[in-house]
Amino acid sequence: MYPAQTTYHRAGSVSEAVQLLSANEGAKVLAGGHSLIPMMKLRLAAPAALVDIGHIAALKGISASGDGLSIGALTTTGEIAASDLVRERAPLLAEAAAQVGDPAVRNRGTIGGNLSHGDPASDPPTVLTAMGATLNVTGPGGERSIAASDFPTGLLENALEENEILTSVSVPSVPSDAGSAYVKFPHPASRYSVVGAAAIVAVEGGACSSARAAVGGVETTPTRASSVEAALVGSDLSDGALDAAAAALESDLTGDPMSDIFASAEYRKAMAVVYLRRALGIAASRAG
Amino acid sequence: MTTRVFSSGIRRREDPRLITGRASYTDDIKLPEMAHAAILRSPYAHAAIKSVGTSGAASQPGVIAVYTGADTAKALNAIPCAWLIPNSDLKTPAHPAIAADKVRYVGDAVAVVVAETRYQAEDALEHIAVDYEPMDAVVSPKGAAQDGAPQLHDDVPNNIAFTWAMAGGDTDAAFSEADVTVSDTITLQRLIANPMEPRSAIAQWVAATGELTLWNTSQNPHIARFLTSVVTGVPEHKVRVIAPEVGGGFGSKIPYYPDEAITAFCSMQLGRPVKWTETRSENYQITTQGRDHVEEVEMAATSDGKITGLRTTVYAGLGGYLSTASPGVPTILHGLMYSGVYDIPNISGTVYGVFNNGAPVDAYRGAGRPEATTLIERLVDLLAARLGMDPVDVRRKNLIPKFENGHDVATGLTYDSGDYEATLDACLNAAGYASLRAEQERARQEGRCIGIGVSTYVEICGLGPSQVAGAVGFQGGLWESAIVRFHPTGKVNVMIGSSPHGQGEETTFAQIVAEEVGVDVDDVEVIHGDTDLTPMGWGTYGSRTTAVSGAAVALATRKIKEKSKALAAHLLEAATEDIEYADGRFFVRGSPDQHKTIQDIALMANVAWNMPEGMEPGLEASAFYDPPNFTFPFGTHLAVVEVDPATGQIDLQRYIAVDDCGVQINPMIVEGQVHGGVAQGVGPVLWEGAVYDDDGQLLTGTMQDYALPRADRLPDIEVLSNTTPSPHHPLGVKGVGEAGTIASTPAVYNAVMDALRPLGVNRIDMPLTPEKVWRAVRADQNGG
Repeated sequence: MYPAQTTYHRAGSVSEAVQLLSANEGAKVLAGGHSLIPMMKLRLAAPAALVDIGHIAALKGISASGDGLSIGALTTTGEIAASDLVRERAPLLAEAAAQVGDPAVRNRGTIGGNLSHGDPASDPPTVLTAMGATLNVTGPGGERSIAASDFPTGLLENALEENEILTSVSVPSVPSDAGSAYVKFPHPASRYSVVGAAAIVAVEGGACSSARAAVGGVETTPTRASSVEAALVGSDLSDGALDAAAAALESDLTGDPMSDIFASAEYRKAMAVVYLRRALGIAASRAG
Repeated sequence: MTTRVFSSGIRRREDPRLITGRASYTDDIKLPEMAHAAILRSPYAHAAIKSVGTSGAASQPGVIAVYTGADTAKALNAIPCAWLIPNSDLKTPAHPAIAADKVRYVGDAVAVVVAETRYQAEDALEHIAVDYEPMDAVVSPKGAAQDGAPQLHDDVPNNIAFTWAMAGGDTDAAFSEADVTVSDTITLQRLIANPMEPRSAIAQWVAATGELTLWNTSQNPHIARFLTSVVTGVPEHKVRVIAPEVGGGFGSKIPYYPDEAITAFCSMQLGRPVKWTETRSENYQITTQGRDHVEEVEMAATSDGKITGLRTTVYAGLGGYLSTASPGVPTILHGLMYSGVYDIPNISGTVYGVFNNGAPVDAYRGAGRPEATTLIERLVDLLAARLGMDPVDVRRKNLIPKFENGHDVATGLTYDSGDYEATLDACLNAAGYASLRAEQERARQEGRCIGIGVSTYVEICGLGPSQVAGAVGFQGGLWESAIVRFHPTGKVNVMIGSSPHGQGEETTFAQIVAEEVGVDVDDVEVIHGDTDLTPMGWGTYGSRTTAVSGAAVALATRKIKEKSKALAAHLLEAATEDIEYADGRFFVRGSPDQHKTIQDIALMANVAWNMPEGMEPGLEASAFYDPPNFTFPFGTHLAVVEVDPATGQIDLQRYIAVDDCGVQINPMIVEGQVHGGVAQGVGPVLWEGAVYDDDGQLLTGTMQDYALPRADRLPDIEVLSNTTPSPHHPLGVKGVGEAGTIASTPAVYNAVMDALRPLGVNRIDMPLTPEKVWRAVRADQNGG
């Protein structure tokens, strides 16, 4: 509960932040602090320096971008959950953001910090993977974009290069004829997802015209449910069709399964099917 | 005419300061020249200490001193155990404040750093070099008692600290003659108490006067003073213990810990005040935990459901060392309650107290009684299932009939008063039991798993007659005392020896004084928690404060009333026997206009201008109350759950509590105690449990892993009550602090098993986590 000594730097701009990171060996980016500070208090992390990006105005806020959204990295999950724009264009993201942690966490924790920390049991990475969002980063070599599904590379690891900072998330809109749902099995203590299931289902003429789905909490990175999507498209979305589609998730779960004292890998996998099935059912009922 | 405040739910006067963050806790106190201690803790559950190198730490910035077990051993006596249960072959291996040659649980103290700041002290800990030789650990209480298990203490074979047995009737005959028997093995897992405020101590030694002051998060500062004196050698009258605001304890702030002794040692070495406050991580590792029982239990009965016998073998984990009260919890407070609310003629039990490589175990809300009630209520439900009877019918058949003044049970206790069937009926009525069962049947037809669980309980509190305390080896008394002091303006201070820490006695004890002599409740201030300001008392635990300390307040106030009557008679020029009292006024019988108010009396007694011959000035009285018996609150709780067999998740849908805690001083506070108690008893059924791996590493070391009960996981708790006064208590009160915790664990457990019974599931070890339930359901499906 008493972090080791560190030095604190406040960045006024993204470029200054990148500069500070480059100039301070072993520095970590501080935004909302809801993942980093607890790790420092437990001395699981002891960065030599902190670069606080929390005061960079350019990183805050939600705006329309084409028919999608641009969400600044410093936007809190609480702001995302409460945003009319997000609810209208990407209700799936709003639904998931509203289930992150508790109100105190949502009021401080940022989307950029959440994604950069990369806890596989967190909710935003799963829905952004399902939605096909893009993450925009800036580093010493300039700006680049990374697909949300490519961003996490392993347990608490991501595709950021040295001294790169996540600056914004580009979120495509959910088509108005599609329904979406995020259904979560929260851990009773941490409120992280034991399983989080995201689904987007579009319907045309009584049949599924397109589908996107992902589950989080099961493997060390979110799992895009491609086999489930394939099984859904063209189906009549009947209970039987949804059952069969959800069951297809097993063939998507080929990565490293997670296991802990609360939920074994076997149980997580089984619950992923159950929860994805529930998400598909709700999404289908909201479609059209 | 004053408004009567006794038995009314007036708001707690404690709350404004507590909920606005204005309360001052031990860690809030800052003394001039105060230094800060951080304690190096063993990362191993069981290891020999080969060497401890402190020179690296001593040279770190801000470090004032570094001490090891070798240092404290020269100055401190061992940390004592204060409940030496007799006839049990009790072993009391030494418990050094800092381990010198061996550590016995993760978190055992190995060294202490004192520095100018806590940060510096923490940083320096990383520079202490300890050479450990790890040894095999043992965690299971039953496993630790087996031949060949790793031995924690050389002089304690098979780690068995004590073997305690009780017997009433002829249990063996009852079982051999029984129509039916049922049995189970019940695990009551370790629980972490989780008070909002972690433990803390500040020690201030003044060599010039030889006085030691200890600010400490204690539920019982007078016991802490006594034990501080024992451990440090500072005479008791030179030790002052102050428990400022204490943010909850649930039993975990009863014990006297090594940390307090280490803090005192550091201050005495350095001549400076020293503060130590545990981190939440330390709290999880070192602060005493609750339960840790493995109970092998069986019940004998006739074919029509009359219980004829109960037999148990219990392995009670103690952790690495004996804590202050730990031997008494799984024995006196547990085994003697085996009859529950039932008339069971033959009862026997054997309890093995077993050292294991975990944090020490001691009293935790309910302390022994939840462990007893759970096994009894579990067996009653198993018996009902075996006989195809409704579990309520089995209970009704065996309840002790209503009694008002004493009932003996086979364990040797005499219950004070009880009307068990009345709370059962009230609970069933409130729940709509018959329609609940009908609804359950309909749900089953639809494939839904709804369960209804009932728990009828009695508990023992108001601890207790000091003569009994002595007979059962408690190394102290269990009476309480109070001083009631009227000031010239008629305002009142009440000084009590017990030490409430969230329970609301600052409010309820003012209600007692207001009731007895008619002062405004706001004119009474209750002072507690400072051994220099308050009379002797044995502390706040075991639902005893209102029952014992409250009685002392009532008796002291009655002395005030008697003196006031005599003084009023003198002032009104009447005979004392002609003075009557009502609503704060003393008047001449038949002439209510001829009166003196209690405020008139207080002023005259304090100025003493006109006192009767021989009457001392002042209006102050003290009383010592040693209860003639324990009190025995009781009740019936009912839970309704729905289990989702696809996920194993349990939804607690309804909870009804009917408690009879005797006369209620403040029903709102009673309701609050029931709410909190129920939540704390539901926790271990559905979510909570400290998990150690086979090496004794605590896997639930943070609140991210240890699942506490949360408000949003609980239904609105429907609270009702009956009132059966305690016949021997001056106010008729019994106590309610632990009732909810005692009743709710079996009620919810039984509800879940009731839901799963059609699926062939009869038992699952607590906590009933979704995966365990899911596996149990599938095992049956796969097997069947």
